[in-house]
Amino acid sequence: MDHPIHEGSKVVPYRRNEAGSQPGSLHEPYRASVRRAPSQPLIFLPHTLSEITGPVFGHGEIGDPDNDLTRQRAGEPIGERIVVTGRVLDSNGQAVPKALIELWQANSAGRYAHDVDQHPAPLDPNFSGTGRTLTDENGTYRFVTIKPGPYPWLNHYNAWRPAHIHFSVFGRAFLSRLVTQMYFPGDPLFAFDPIYQSLPDEKARQRLISRFDLETTQPQFATGYKFDIIVRGPEMTPFET
Amino acid sequence: MNLVPTPSQTVGPFFHFCLTTDKCSVSRIASPKVKGERVQLTVRVVDGNGELVPDAMIEIWQANWQGKYNHPDDVQAKPVDPGFLGFGRMATAADGSCEFETIKPGRVPGPKNVFQAPHLNLAVFGRGMLKQLYTRVYFAGDLANQEDPILALVPVERRNTLMAYPDTTRPGGWRFDLRLQGENETAFFDV
Repeated sequence: MDHPIHEGSKVVPYRRNEAGSQPGSLHEPYRASVRRAPSQPLIFLPHTLSEITGPVFGHGEIGDPDNDLTRQRAGEPIGERIVVTGRVLDSNGQAVPKALIELWQANSAGRYAHDVDQHPAPLDPNFSGTGRTLTDENGTYRFVTIKPGPYPWLNHYNAWRPAHIHFSVFGRAFLSRLVTQMYFPGDPLFAFDPIYQSLPDEKARQRLISRFDLETTQPQFATGYKFDIIVRGPEMTPFET
Repeated sequence: MNLVPTPSQTVGPFFHFCLTTDKCSVSRIASPKVKGERVQLTVRVVDGNGELVPDAMIEIWQANWQGKYNHPDDVQAKPVDPGFLGFGRMATAADGSCEFETIKPGRVPGPKNVFQAPHLNLAVFGRGMLKQLYTRVYFAGDLANQEDPILALVPVERRNTLMAYPDTTRPGGWRFDLRLQGENETAFFDV
């Protein structure tokens, strides 16, 4: 029942991550990583169709698009309104259209609308803290939300997470899947946060920080932040670059 | 152009209300209408202390029964099944487990045009995991495993960690244990 190999099943491998550009699995100051990081080296996997394909979503396949977190409930959430926008590009600079972006965050008091969050800061009945969208044909996405607050956690004495927004992004392939956190410029908590500091390279850390942008800022309404998201793309021959 | 990918950061403990709500979870990868041998897969996640991991997220990506991915870069001359995306996503529960209803995929071409054995591609995310880990789920006892070019890259004594084993308590039942660290640690891949 096997079909003959089709000439077109040739696979263009994806670019590998450069050393230092991604965190390792183990970062001891982040305590929860100590028992959840593999102790054996990863096994190098040549790319096959299994790795270079991945789910391509259309509207409605996973939930409903909803990219304005200030208008999901009857009233408006408390906090500083912000616009967060940018493009999803691959490592060759190509736009990734129809990329599914899912986002979640704490409210302006630093509290998640999640059962597990025990931080005694107020919940905001007008804030779900979650949104989703698909990028357009230029790879552009846009959310309206409120700026999340920092919050304490139990990793070490007096541990606080810098304000952040969680992003989940599907690129073109299962191997370009990305879950990350976007931070805000100049946060004084960066120096003390083991998750942010899990990146060994300062240049890599900077890639997680959004940029204030006056053009994105809407007069009398919301400040604007730019955050481009780069996902892995295929290797290109010299002729294609 | 050469852009460096955005670094990964942990999914953390608070993803459920976004990523794995009733609407956003996908336990049924294949509805009963989808062609192929039915599979009821239980994935269980265990940490380096042998404790069940109740706050992980599992994503699965797979081909259809003929070994065709529903993706434009799979240009094999085989049809995609309408209504079969091949994607699943579930959070683990208090018992460290989650369930998928799917079909056994067909064989997909691999390196040097050798067919791979039927497998599911699996990514695991979780609190304490700064980036997702990738592994594969093969089906124990499938004769094609012996000639799979990717399994051949895994040290012989670790290949069993990539096997789902039959769960005889129910029809089409399979169990896959994902051990993040320690004894019988699952073989994870550098993709």
